[in-house]
Amino acid sequence: MDFSEEQVKRYSRHIILSEVGGKGQQKICESKVFITGAGGLGSPVALYLAAAGVGTIGIIDDDVVDLSNLQRQILHSTKTIDKPKVESAKETLEALNPDVNVVPYKERLTSANIMDIIRDYDLVLDGSDNFPTRFLVNDACFFAGKTLISGSIFRFEGQITTLKPHDGHPCYRCLYPEPPPPGLVPSCQEAGVLGVLAGTVGVIQATEAVKEILGMDSSLASHLLIYDALGMRFLKVKTRKDPNCPLCGKEKKITELLDYEQSCTLKI
Amino acid sequence: MAVKVRIPTPLRGLTNGQGEVEAAGRTIGDMLVDLENRYPGIKERLCDEAGNLRRFVNIYVNEEDIRFKQGSDTALSDGDDVSIVPAIAGG
Repeated sequence: MDFSEEQVKRYSRHIILSEVGGKGQQKICESKVFITGAGGLGSPVALYLAAAGVGTIGIIDDDVVDLSNLQRQILHSTKTIDKPKVESAKETLEALNPDVNVVPYKERLTSANIMDIIRDYDLVLDGSDNFPTRFLVNDACFFAGKTLISGSIFRFEGQITTLKPHDGHPCYRCLYPEPPPPGLVPSCQEAGVLGVLAGTVGVIQATEAVKEILGMDSSLASHLLIYDALGMRFLKVKTRKDPNCPLCGKEKKITELLDYEQSCTLKI
Repeated sequence: MAVKVRIPTPLRGLTNGQGEVEAAGRTIGDMLVDLENRYPGIKERLCDEAGNLRRFVNIYVNEEDIRFKQGSDTALSDGDDVSIVPAIAGG
């Protein structure tokens, strides 16, 4: 593709970076990224990827915008309360960058639809808000051979990792083989979450995405980055591919997508 | 061996809000017993009834996951940084 004069100007701060250049920007403009959740993490992820010029952004969420979302979900605004989140997201992203093709999916991600949806995308970013979806997305990305950039937040803490089991790196189940039983871990709704935490974590996910698209080597694959907003500390630990992983290990015990019970109740 | 233990946000209710505490032990298993003595209730949150580390909780010594070392028998040295990292799912 050839850049228009306007595009050259829009992406000029990328193009002058020798690590990106015109070729790198072209890769970004031709890339297709799928985001699960138009919420706290999905918002900064989608905004920065749209600003960067990602060609196609698919975003799935079956919820509508609620006033209590606006403390962190910066895709949405007071004007879009009660609108489907994916519609609100599409409006915001297209206003930011009309080059981007935003594909909204107003539905729940399930074992029945996920493979068909992610097939069309190069990269998946998980910003979902529950364990069943996180395991579903991980397993589907493994089966489809897609790189998954996972971010999660809770109260004042965030975790980010890049999962590439098809490339010798661990998957999410290598880190955490099974979801916690329902009731053992509270959701954000019940436990609260620092609004700006979603920004920090989502922006790190978006950074990983841009580097993946550009084919840069250094990433959070085989690493987990843990952010403690209260202590203002980052901790990076090593993660390993588990030879006994039920999904990507030798035995491959999991051969199809599983639907876990929603675990959105509280204890603690 | 005295080590520093990083306490994740969901467990800080048991450590008087502290994000980092001291504990002692020759191994991770010993250290968990010591932590329980200092902060009653914490072991139950990390381990199941059989005493095994719950499958959605990881413990790292310095940067290494103990599951890929010797599990709860993983030896500790003075000054090690131990991090308790449970899976979180908010978005």
